[in-house]
Amino acid sequence: MSFFSYAWDWITTDANWHGSGSIPQQLVAHLGYSGLPLLIAALIAIPLGVLIGHTGRGAVFVVNLANAWRAIPTLGLLILLAVYLGFTLFTWLIPLVVLAIPPILVNVYEGVAGVDPGVKDAAKGMGMTPWQQVIRVEVPIAMPLILVGLRTGAIFVVATATIAAYIGLGGLGRFIIDGLANTQYGPVAGGALLVVILALLVLGLFSLLSRLLVPAGLRGAGRDNQ
Amino acid sequence: MMWSWIPANWSQIWELTRQNAFLGIVSPLIGLVISLPLGVVAARWRWFYPPTLVFINVIYAIPSLALFIALIPAFGLTDTTVVIGLTVFSLCVILPNVVEGLRGVPGPVKQAATAMGYGPLRRLVTVELPLATPVIIAGLRVGVVSSVSLASVGQIIGVSSLGYLFIDGEQRDFPTEIYVGLFCVIVLAVVCDLILVGVRRVLTPWASGRNRAAGERPRWVLTQRAPARVT
Repeated sequence: MSFFSYAWDWITTDANWHGSGSIPQQLVAHLGYSGLPLLIAALIAIPLGVLIGHTGRGAVFVVNLANAWRAIPTLGLLILLAVYLGFTLFTWLIPLVVLAIPPILVNVYEGVAGVDPGVKDAAKGMGMTPWQQVIRVEVPIAMPLILVGLRTGAIFVVATATIAAYIGLGGLGRFIIDGLANTQYGPVAGGALLVVILALLVLGLFSLLSRLLVPAGLRGAGRDNQ
Repeated sequence: MMWSWIPANWSQIWELTRQNAFLGIVSPLIGLVISLPLGVVAARWRWFYPPTLVFINVIYAIPSLALFIALIPAFGLTDTTVVIGLTVFSLCVILPNVVEGLRGVPGPVKQAATAMGYGPLRRLVTVELPLATPVIIAGLRVGVVSSVSLASVGQIIGVSSLGYLFIDGEQRDFPTEIYVGLFCVIVLAVVCDLILVGVRRVLTPWASGRNRAAGERPRWVLTQRAPARVT
């Protein structure tokens, strides 16, 4: 049997849709466990990235942070915290927030720092205050990259929340980790397929957002980034 | 931290590091071998590239653990499963850089090669690919560093890597082992990265000093477009 037939059999089994730890319950839990860290990370990374991109101070720090980010084994970090703290809110929330910050920060910074200097001069020449320049000119122009950053962060938290099931977090990863522990491939495949579907929905959501949030004049130019 | 654990388990740590290095290095190299012809095609026939980018974005969104699991029925709990998964992710990072690198070769340079009597293949191999090498290696670096780190996730499905030290350390409630695992993964990634920087210097000796500084920025922007996976 293939991956899809295992996954399909398990997903279409009626018993998996009811009671505690059912598919709908874990799906909602997974959304929460991904959404909360993403929201916190965005609230930290977007203003910081705009600030660094606008002033140009700290750019080297951002670049190095993004390079270091790729080398970090997330599983190891989650397990290390779990060994020290046991399973608490902070055990999973801290690594997810901290690790979701670099991709958002880097893209926001790149987007804002990459705004054409001529456009910035024009904004200043029109008498805009620095605040207006940032909010009305630089951020809208940077929007395609800001969304790429948020999308990368979102994809990251959805994937990492799955792995965090290993240290006891709920969500769709539970089916995978528990299934592996019981050597049952059905829930493992089903959980994996649901995680993939969720990740693709996130992708779709961001392509919709980019239609809504990217200024009309930039859409053609930004298409290569999407 | 129990320092005496490290020499006592040296051979196991070395073996896991070797295994992790194999998974993390072979996969992006296969990814590179696949990316080169695809990149050449995408750079030449432009209509081929946008659908490829959409495909890459979709693949890139798949969590690594889910991809490994999907490959289990076909390849079992083996190295092959992890290598294929990591190859796919590496491909997503390297291919865009191959395309951008080839597209970045200045038109006059290509015209000069043609005027000197170079055929399309000779021009590609002796002019365009060497000039695209810094950008291609930038992509390869991202692929290698993230694959080395991602290989540890394969331990969840039982494929041996430095991830063993995380999982064993958790089961025995023994932080030293987890620290050693984290340290080895990061050092391995940094060493691989430095080796590739050296390879780039050897392959592109002309790209030094001011020229290289000028080349840094577009390369950096490129890596943003296809950020590496870390889980």
